[in-house]
Amino acid sequence: MKTHQYDVVVVGAGGAGLMAALYASQRARTAVISKLYPTRSHTGAAQGGIGAALGNMEEDHPEWHTYDTVKGSDYLGDQDAIEFMCYQAPDIVYELEHMGLPFSRTPEGLIAQRPFGGHTNNITGKPVRRACYAADRTGHMILQTLYQQGIKHGLTFYDEFQMLDLIMVNGKAAGVVALEIATGEIHIFHAKAVILATGGWGRVWEITSNAFTLTGDGAAIVLRKGLPLEDMEFYQFHPTGIYKLGILITEGVRGEGGVLINDKGERFMERYAPTVKDLASRDVVSRAIYIEIREGRGINGQRYVYLDVRPETVNKYAAIDGRTRPDGSPYVVTAEELLAKLPDIIDFCRTYLGIDPVTEPIPVQPTAHYAMGGIPTNIKAEVLADEKGTVVPGLYAAGETACVSVHGANRLGTNSLLDIVVFGKQAGIHAAEYAEGADFEPLPDDAADFARAQLEAILNSQGSERIADIATEMKRVMMDHVGVFRTAEGMQQALDKIRELKARFKYIHIDDRGKTFNTELLSAWELGNLLDLAEVTTISALARTESRGAHSREDYPKRDDENWLKHTLAWMHPDGQVELRYKPVVITKYQPKERVY
Amino acid sequence: MQVTLKIFRYNPETDKKPHYETYTVEAEPTDRVLDLLEKVKGEQDGTLTFRRSCAHGVCGSDAMRINGVNRLACKVLVQDLGTNRITVEPLLGLPTIKDLVVDMEPFFEHYRSVKPYFINNDPPPKKERLQSPEERARFDDTTKCILCGACTTSCPSFWLDDQYVGPAAIVNAHRFIFDSRDQGAEERLKILADQFGVFRCHTIFNCTLACPREIQITRAIGEVRKAIATGRLD
Repeated sequence: MKTHQYDVVVVGAGGAGLMAALYASQRARTAVISKLYPTRSHTGAAQGGIGAALGNMEEDHPEWHTYDTVKGSDYLGDQDAIEFMCYQAPDIVYELEHMGLPFSRTPEGLIAQRPFGGHTNNITGKPVRRACYAADRTGHMILQTLYQQGIKHGLTFYDEFQMLDLIMVNGKAAGVVALEIATGEIHIFHAKAVILATGGWGRVWEITSNAFTLTGDGAAIVLRKGLPLEDMEFYQFHPTGIYKLGILITEGVRGEGGVLINDKGERFMERYAPTVKDLASRDVVSRAIYIEIREGRGINGQRYVYLDVRPETVNKYAAIDGRTRPDGSPYVVTAEELLAKLPDIIDFCRTYLGIDPVTEPIPVQPTAHYAMGGIPTNIKAEVLADEKGTVVPGLYAAGETACVSVHGANRLGTNSLLDIVVFGKQAGIHAAEYAEGADFEPLPDDAADFARAQLEAILNSQGSERIADIATEMKRVMMDHVGVFRTAEGMQQALDKIRELKARFKYIHIDDRGKTFNTELLSAWELGNLLDLAEVTTISALARTESRGAHSREDYPKRDDENWLKHTLAWMHPDGQVELRYKPVVITKYQPKERVY
Repeated sequence: MQVTLKIFRYNPETDKKPHYETYTVEAEPTDRVLDLLEKVKGEQDGTLTFRRSCAHGVCGSDAMRINGVNRLACKVLVQDLGTNRITVEPLLGLPTIKDLVVDMEPFFEHYRSVKPYFINNDPPPKKERLQSPEERARFDDTTKCILCGACTTSCPSFWLDDQYVGPAAIVNAHRFIFDSRDQGAEERLKILADQFGVFRCHTIFNCTLACPREIQITRAIGEVRKAIATGRLD
């Protein structure tokens, strides 16, 4: 076993982790540990843009961005945090540009912007161009740029180190236990402050846009340490994943004029969101697709609809909508322009579907995409221990694994890239500041014991259950019953199944008992995390007897502000029991009202 | 359809030297090779080891040799291979850690050596630095690199001498050298004019053929060579 000591340890090297590390390292000895080589992180898969009211294409204001985000959250987002993020947005986008990020450009040389779902001109209600983009590779460019800065500034990386446990001493964060994947050796990272930036857990569901590695490790570890997770019932299904594969097709496709079409050839979003139509927010569009499919209007009666971005279709509906260019001329696109603006989408469709979206429509279905909930934090990215807002000293979280809450019950597109850089930066600044004024807590002798016991339990298990079987059953039941639409009956079935799977997980069998690069052992350990998160998600969702944002209950179809305008906090006790408590939503300027697009 | 996978296996804890193992799996023509590897690992042999993450060609984890050609396992479908016999091997020119997992550190060391980051020592403006769409287009191709290593490990010049920085490092230098906002071209060109720099390239084009992002790598290397020769960035 090796022990290292740093003032600040950052876990995860996607956008939030790298941003945190860049800021923490300015003032404190900082190390980044990541189970992936940093540029493999899923930030790189984000496509369409980062939201900021730069106003480069037309009038826009951070205040409009704030209101749109509050409304998008179905009023569950904390308005102080949302306002903070949206007002930080322009400067942080300029900061990324100053780091060299190659944004696409307007003819004047400014950062180019495109429309995205739920982002509007607050006076007209029409879509506004707010998403700052680099073709359809915005996340890739953010990840690469931040990693490049990490090299420039000599950040210390421990690549392919899997965090297994968080060390807490006297109620404070004191470090991290990690496994060096290449050697199987356990390392202890003794730290004054720990920043968790470990990403989401889309692998709970069958159809997902998420990488294999998005298994919610940080959130599951926090839960095991007796800390709560917030708003776990709110999980976003992105409307347009490639049919069966779940691969993300950016909302930017609709931003560029693409429309959703059912089997009858109808542009059905007109019926669900008369003003912004295909650019309604994601929960609204995903539900619409589900309803179309359920009512038999999926393509050929199958479980998908078409996303049509052929120039003739785009131009036809742009004319009907009266859409114009920034200079006031009618909006007309050519195949060449689409190719330049959406090169990766076109490449994905050619590779995985064998179709060319410029000449054929894309078969799509909703895909599990993003956790609005997670580790509760405040604006300083400090982790919170309870419903009163008690801070856990030395522990920070940022990015998808955290819940500030800026996304509430439904995240707007482009706000996740914004979230990771804004709150990654906050985490880095505040963790370093905390470390300057703190001492190292003494390391307990048994700091690595729990992690070691967890791995040994898997390695020595005498059962015959295969990881892949348990994972498949979990994903299926969660997709069927804790997905876009939910009922008490279905969710109870899911919960029973998850508990059965947790029991079977104890009798897992793995073939690989070696030390070197044992990915089977890690997959088994990750599955344990997914099962815990699936259970907490389902219990939180069962309790919430209303529909709000992404949590849509057929047995409780209305939003219920009187009883449910509050955040869920879920604890998992050592005996496995889950306890729920609630805390109020922070409301500053915007009183809840009916949400219409 | 049934597919036969012949996979390179090496476990340093138990094997003196590598060997191949053969697995038969049921597959759809539209399955990714990565799906088949997952199937083998999940259903038949959990010890099979490979890296993977995004599974759609953007993270660069799963570059490997598939029927002798460097590919991303998640970006090549069974039907693309034109055969139901698939041989899967680790990248060449880097030490094998286990099965299909190679030590990427020598690759990243070369990457870091070319200063692959934005250099501009002027105080930044309050808003964005201006850049015309044409200036932005000048280096667009090389911004696409995902550092998968498929190019460098397909390069005979790299196989011959692993001190050669390799195509991926040059691609990442090119991305900054031709960025109108960057001021570090001179120092990068100096590094690449070195004996282990761009002049090791013999325009064999393996790198360009291997790139899963379809970056015109040989052209980018040529542009860097020209810049070194002429002292100009056009």
